[in-house]
Amino acid sequence: MINNTYMVEVKGARKAYGALEVLKGIDLCVARGQIIAIIGPSGSGKSTLLRSINHLEVLNDGEVWLDGEQVNRPLKGRAYEQHINAVRQQMGMVFQHFNLFPHLTVYENIALGPLKLKGLTKKAARELALEYLAKVGLADKFDEYPSRLSGGQKQRVAIARALAMQPKVMLFDEATSALDPELVEEVNLVMKQLAAENMTMLIVTHEMRFAGEVADRIIFMDGGVVVEEGAPGEILQNPVQERTRSFLKKHLHNS
Amino acid sequence: MQSLDLSIVTPYSEMLAMGLWWTLIMFVTSSVVSLLAGIAFALIVLYAPKVVALPVRFMTWLLMGTPLLLQLYVIYYGLVQVGIDIPAPVAGIIGLSLHFAVYNADVIRAGVVSVDPGQIEGARSIGLSRGQTQCYVIVPQALRRTLAPLGNNLIVLLKDTSLVSMIGIAELVYSAQLAVSETYSPFEFYLTVAVIYYAANLVLEAGLHLLEKKVEMSR
Ligand SMILES: Nc1ncnc2c1ncn2[C@@H]1O[C@H](COP(=O)(O)OP(=O)(O)OP(=O)(O)O)[C@@H](O)[C@H]1O
Ligand SMILES: [Mg+2]
Repeated sequence: MINNTYMVEVKGARKAYGALEVLKGIDLCVARGQIIAIIGPSGSGKSTLLRSINHLEVLNDGEVWLDGEQVNRPLKGRAYEQHINAVRQQMGMVFQHFNLFPHLTVYENIALGPLKLKGLTKKAARELALEYLAKVGLADKFDEYPSRLSGGQKQRVAIARALAMQPKVMLFDEATSALDPELVEEVNLVMKQLAAENMTMLIVTHEMRFAGEVADRIIFMDGGVVVEEGAPGEILQNPVQERTRSFLKKHLHNS
Repeated sequence: MQSLDLSIVTPYSEMLAMGLWWTLIMFVTSSVVSLLAGIAFALIVLYAPKVVALPVRFMTWLLMGTPLLLQLYVIYYGLVQVGIDIPAPVAGIIGLSLHFAVYNADVIRAGVVSVDPGQIEGARSIGLSRGQTQCYVIVPQALRRTLAPLGNNLIVLLKDTSLVSMIGIAELVYSAQLAVSETYSPFEFYLTVAVIYYAANLVLEAGLHLLEKKVEMSR
């Protein structure tokens, strides 16, 4: 193996909002090309953990590493800005509510990053945008504004926008939770396709069936700690911990 | 009683055209500057450290609390006393721009605050810097949301350009006054000028309306 560092590594992550401890010392290693699903009850800290990986959330303690580079280096001011912007370019994030830029067309949404951050020419950016739009099956929506798209289409554009930065890892925070049930599958399919292409992914999800299908490893969080983790078969079929069992009992029925 | 004789205006059409020209110069430059400065002031008040934000807020308070006419007098006549001699057109543009920048800033600040915080996260997650996020994502959306009140400010600005006549700029109203002092026909000239203002306003409103239509599609 040429490079045996983990793609993402979290060490002793702690985070509190005032007196509320949301992350109580989380350790997490994600190998290259590995797909991790993070499940757990509402308020267990899943989003906080995911967002701390690209530093949208600042940890009180602990370290986050991306491909051998520390994400949360203790830098200040301009040095911090430069560092974090460079690191974020290597991580794609997909949000529950898409966060597409409504004043820009689909093409402009996707091309903004490559144009402004990677110095691509207009022509190269167009080709890149088209390539990733085609990948999510929306090449015909190139010049459309987001307001004209369905929720599922919006989320696929958001995925294309993240992919166009050619990130090393993709972070999904409940990418399908805001969608009508009939639109969930088209987004899941795109994620499965990425999985098949060996993209490293961390997926926070409420859909246990999807987690079982796509993930190499499932992490069950509750109350700011990792209660249990393992292969999908182990976690979903034979969980050891009582907390995992009772959570799954409630949630396996729904999905 | 004297009847209305609009033919008396004809010989003065060139003079009025010159006046309109000055009105337009004042309006166009001041609207551009007041818009850009308004964006800057809004971002300073929202994001800059206190040492910068507080003076801007104080200036806002000063400019909102006194009449524009007084501000023009201070810039043109007052500053000369301390050795700063600004040509009247420049003083006019500075006065109008600052005065309306403050009102634009107020509107834009509210617009920036109303943009969904998820937009900032979306932009930052790609790796855009704070400045780039404001420039390409937040401010454009804030301006779209505040187009109507900003448009209203522009319409007020267009009318208030007449105040620079008081520091000796021969804009539309001033030109009409000159013509009246020669002809003693105030009604004809002031009516003509009123019609010109209406026409200019109609064009401005049509432009704003088109812009709003266009922006609506991209929302
Ligand atoms: N900015 C904040 N200020 C205060 N408390 C917060 C903040 N963000 C999150 N929390 C709290 O931290 C806890 C964990 O939140 P988090 O969003 O990580 O949970 P989650 O596992 O993603 O839940 P869900 O499944 O509902 O998305 C919750 O109790 C939440 O109320
Ligand atoms: Mg969450």
